[in-house]
Amino acid sequence: MAEHEKMPVDEITGVETTGHEWDGITELDNPLPRWWLWIFYASIVWSIIYMIFMPAWPALPGFDGHTRGLRNHSERANVAVAMSELEARRGPMFEQLQRVVDDGGVTAILDDGDLLNFTLAAGRSAFGDNCATCHGAGGGGGLGYPNLRDDDWIWGGSYDAIRHTIVGGVRWDAHPDTRFSQMPAFGRDGLLTRDEISAVTDYVMTLSALTVSADADLALGSEIYAAQCASCHGADGRGDTTQGAPNLTNNIWLYGGSREQIQASIHRGPYGAMPSWDNRLPEPVITALAAYVYLLGGGETLASMEEASLPAPQTGQPG
Amino acid sequence: MNLIHNRPDAGGDAAEGVARNDVEAVNAAGQRDLYQKRQQIYPKLVHGKFRMAKWVFLVLALGVYYLLPFVRWDRGPDAPSQAVLIDFPNTRFYFFFIEIWPQEVYYITGLLILAALVLFLVTALFGRVWCGYACPQTVWTDLFIAVERLFEGDRNKRILLDRAPMSFNKAWRKGGKHAVWVLIAAATGGAWILYFHDAFDLLRDFFTGQAPLTAYLFCAVLTFTTYSLAGLMREQVCIYMCPWPRIQAALTDRESLNVTYRTDRGEPRGRHKKGESWEGRGDCIDCKACVAACPMGIDIRDGAQLECIGCALCIDACDDIMDKISRPRGLIAYDTDDNVTRRSQGEKPRFSFIRPRIILYVVLVIGVSALMMLGLNTRDELGLHADRDRNPNFVVLTDGSVRNTYTINVQNKAYADRALRLDVAGDPALQVQVLGVRGETVLEIGPDRTRLFQVFLTVPPEAALRHSIPVTFTITDPATGETATAESFLVTGAAP
Repeated sequence: MAEHEKMPVDEITGVETTGHEWDGITELDNPLPRWWLWIFYASIVWSIIYMIFMPAWPALPGFDGHTRGLRNHSERANVAVAMSELEARRGPMFEQLQRVVDDGGVTAILDDGDLLNFTLAAGRSAFGDNCATCHGAGGGGGLGYPNLRDDDWIWGGSYDAIRHTIVGGVRWDAHPDTRFSQMPAFGRDGLLTRDEISAVTDYVMTLSALTVSADADLALGSEIYAAQCASCHGADGRGDTTQGAPNLTNNIWLYGGSREQIQASIHRGPYGAMPSWDNRLPEPVITALAAYVYLLGGGETLASMEEASLPAPQTGQPG
Repeated sequence: MNLIHNRPDAGGDAAEGVARNDVEAVNAAGQRDLYQKRQQIYPKLVHGKFRMAKWVFLVLALGVYYLLPFVRWDRGPDAPSQAVLIDFPNTRFYFFFIEIWPQEVYYITGLLILAALVLFLVTALFGRVWCGYACPQTVWTDLFIAVERLFEGDRNKRILLDRAPMSFNKAWRKGGKHAVWVLIAAATGGAWILYFHDAFDLLRDFFTGQAPLTAYLFCAVLTFTTYSLAGLMREQVCIYMCPWPRIQAALTDRESLNVTYRTDRGEPRGRHKKGESWEGRGDCIDCKACVAACPMGIDIRDGAQLECIGCALCIDACDDIMDKISRPRGLIAYDTDDNVTRRSQGEKPRFSFIRPRIILYVVLVIGVSALMMLGLNTRDELGLHADRDRNPNFVVLTDGSVRNTYTINVQNKAYADRALRLDVAGDPALQVQVLGVRGETVLEIGPDRTRLFQVFLTVPPEAALRHSIPVTFTITDPATGETATAESFLVTGAAP
């Protein structure tokens, strides 16, 4: 047993020091403040109570991980309860959305401001979780991933067409109703020669009024187009949404509108796929998602389906 | 300056009924241990006009605090009818005719500035009257001491009781006191939460166990703080926790009306025997009634000091003594340092209420009040914000035209449905489409509501050659002519 030595006393304050010294500075051994001690003791008491009531100790092997505590508290169960509460709270709104869409179509959403804002909010969150990876957080798309906010739709831009695409996916073999089409890889599979592809590229560019070089063989291109491409993309190049053939006459290019990009597409025959969301998302969420994508500003359909909703071009005053 | 110690004892009683008080000021000058334990203070009950003023103010202040949540104010069917309500779930703050939205918290800032300025003004004029009469710490402490007195008697009885060993008598008196304290504290916490919900509903829910957890939590927290601050800590809150005593020194000056011991009249002090002449001595008979009465446990005769809350109970105590020894009242009174100096030099005392700092504070108070009233009276009842979608930044359509999407936030602060016309200025070719609005761009919005609208602006290819087009959204209420505008711009992706 070490003998308890008397510690040196500080002359000025008359308080014992701890005996520790740093560069001539010694530490006074003042007692801890009482309020601090009481809080310390209270914390010890609290920790014991806590251990009795809450999960605290790792259990011995074979004893289910850890002690359960008298309250049988489980954060996992709490999350489950919170989730079901959330669902219960949102449920009626989703049901109302489904009912409104079933009865009056998607335009009926527009008549109810609250429902519209709910649909946009619910759709936006589902979109962010499931679709944003490819289509971008705002639906702006990217090279190979369709922009959902413009007025060009490969498989159709009506609410029903969008919903169909979401449910079945695109080129998703596992779903019976998937959207399917396939463009041949004209170059890779040797269907056309390098020169023929070059010629048909120039011709396709003229369809949407892009500038081509003066020595382009448009006659050959036109001939090849009629033979190879017109069956899907149409004689005039306007595409066909029933078979997912993009419109080649406008400003919108899924795989890029430069000469190199168009040529590469003809060479390899793009085969973009989207998963089917059937059975992955609940029915009402798919409805909200389809409505949201539709309401992002799908131009074509919004204009045709709701003629009344589009005001006559407003004569804005010059700013 | 310590005038108490080392004074020869004059001996004997001064007048009938004047007892000497065995009391020392807790902050008496001299060597004090840095870790000295708190000295319990036993304020003695006094009678007089300032004590009465404090009772009146106590009743008024507590009355307002406890009853205000129950005052009703009709705001129509869609708004709560409580006159003073902080409605967090709906983010509104109601104060009688004033309604504040979250983005208008500057009104509350204005109220706080106004409160600070009035506090400066009053302190410069009358010293720490806020501390002495109106501060919640003072009001509740006063109430708690009154309860203590009810159970344990006045100063001397309380001292004896504390020194006595535990007995049944001591136990029930102490127990009863603490029980009533807890009840008052609980009522304090209970009234606090009523300011955040409909008072009648919450009161019912509270006792049936239906109230939100936060209500019980805050009630418990305020019960605890009231009990400990007003019951147990008392003067220590003012001395150690409150910053105001430190600030007040900068706000009072030699012309401020402070609770003042008139040294010119009181000194030299000393015991006085009945029938003895008052010639060549002061009126202070050193009975220490002022010290015994002080809830802060100080001696006002040591001059203005940090601990003094200006409650003037020492004035009442001293006046009582002066009456008994047949000397004029006012040995301790609301007076200024300058007057004490003037009188000791044989000049007449005078009060100058109009001083530069007073004028400054008054001007500031009037200025801020005027600004606030102007702000409230010209408060817009229509608000508009426009957020441009940045993801994607813009959308090119098949025909080469360019579209931007905006979320506009329309606020209707009036208690009426509105149909607002939307105009967008910026380019003659601009096409406007509002999601969910057919035909005319009329935005419908309920009373006291905020609503979001998705707006699509499209410019044709020719206009899209400009990189950025400034646009202005304007909403107009055709019924009242009110308008609100929001600036934004439209980008096209063209090189700048």
